[in-house]
Amino acid sequence: MATTKLTSGVLDIDAPAVTDRICRRLAEIVVKDQRRRGVVVALSGGIDSSVCAALSVRAFGPGRVFGLLLPEKDSSSASEDQGRLVAEHLKIEHLKQDIAPTLEAIGCYRWRDEAISAVFPDYRKDWKSKIVIAGGVDGRFNYFRLVVQAPDGTRHEQRLEHKQYLQIVAATNFKQRIRKTIEYFHADRLHYAVVGTPNRLEYDQGFFVKNGDGSADVKPIAHLYKTQVYVLARYLGLPEAICTSKPTTDTYSLPQGQDEFYFALPYHKMDVALWAHNHGISAAELAGTLGVSVEQAGYIYQDIEKKRSTTRYLHSKAVLVDKVGEISPFA
Amino acid sequence: MNDIKSQVRKYILDNFLMGGDPDKVTDSVSFIEKGIIDSTGVLELVSFIQETYKIRVEDAEMIPENLDSLDKIEKYVRVKLA
Repeated sequence: MATTKLTSGVLDIDAPAVTDRICRRLAEIVVKDQRRRGVVVALSGGIDSSVCAALSVRAFGPGRVFGLLLPEKDSSSASEDQGRLVAEHLKIEHLKQDIAPTLEAIGCYRWRDEAISAVFPDYRKDWKSKIVIAGGVDGRFNYFRLVVQAPDGTRHEQRLEHKQYLQIVAATNFKQRIRKTIEYFHADRLHYAVVGTPNRLEYDQGFFVKNGDGSADVKPIAHLYKTQVYVLARYLGLPEAICTSKPTTDTYSLPQGQDEFYFALPYHKMDVALWAHNHGISAAELAGTLGVSVEQAGYIYQDIEKKRSTTRYLHSKAVLVDKVGEISPFA
Repeated sequence: MNDIKSQVRKYILDNFLMGGDPDKVTDSVSFIEKGIIDSTGVLELVSFIQETYKIRVEDAEMIPENLDSLDKIEKYVRVKLA
């Protein structure tokens, strides 16, 4: 039963208090529990990794935070520029490693292009592509559309059959997994922990790659809605370009918003919907706030649950057949 | 026309339950509610239906009313084949 009202201030936070708590917990987790000497943060140039890096600097000092810029063929140069801007702003040691040759060698682009060519036989290496989600917010089953663009700007779009969908996603997942491999190389080299940078929307809805960006030793902002992460960015004094950056996946060669690829709505509306769902707010009340029909609000709630259910596997650690009681994780 | 139900049931048993309890897949049971099929499974099921019955499942037809039980699939495929 709803005991809470959906008002405009439900996502408001006390930024100094939230920052203090995260920094205190970061120090406890990394130093006391995990016994590491600092943290590695991969800087995508987006709001989440930038805030995580800034929080890490507050928790450990700039000398104990190592930043990584890990571009590849399809990531935008603006992302790399913004990542470097944050590293320089925070005065942390950082390193750029272009992961395109590794991805090329491991077959990332080849496997992806093979699946795209099965859908669009005219597709060539110099074409751009992306995947967009459809269906769920309209009460249909979620499915994915492949969009390709020829060098002359001509666009083609088609629904993906499951085989091609899975192969394209599996191939592009190499990007997050190779990045994580490099993050752990530097973490091992420096005896540091790896920071994972999901916000609550991403964590809750399973918007991450298992053993890729989903892998980390500590996730400082996984409990914060994206709207709240933007508030922290301002409080932490991050550069304006970061505080106003738009969420993108930066994974496909065509520009792709996170809401196109995965979420039913833009993040500020998704935040409200997720909060409302978590607090037992009725679909009718959510509909009024978002300016959608009650039916659509119901579909949004259904979509949240469907994604939780489908991505539960991503959260799961390797499961033992029988318990090994002598081994316990950190509390 | 019982062929449609039995073919789809066999596909679901072989691919999603993999030797699980066949009694779980009754004619009217909701695949989604019972956790028999997830979102990716729906895409697989659509590919199977398209290939088996040589029909095109349009985007607008990807709704629970057409695909979320054996009864519904049979009805949907019959209309498409008519």
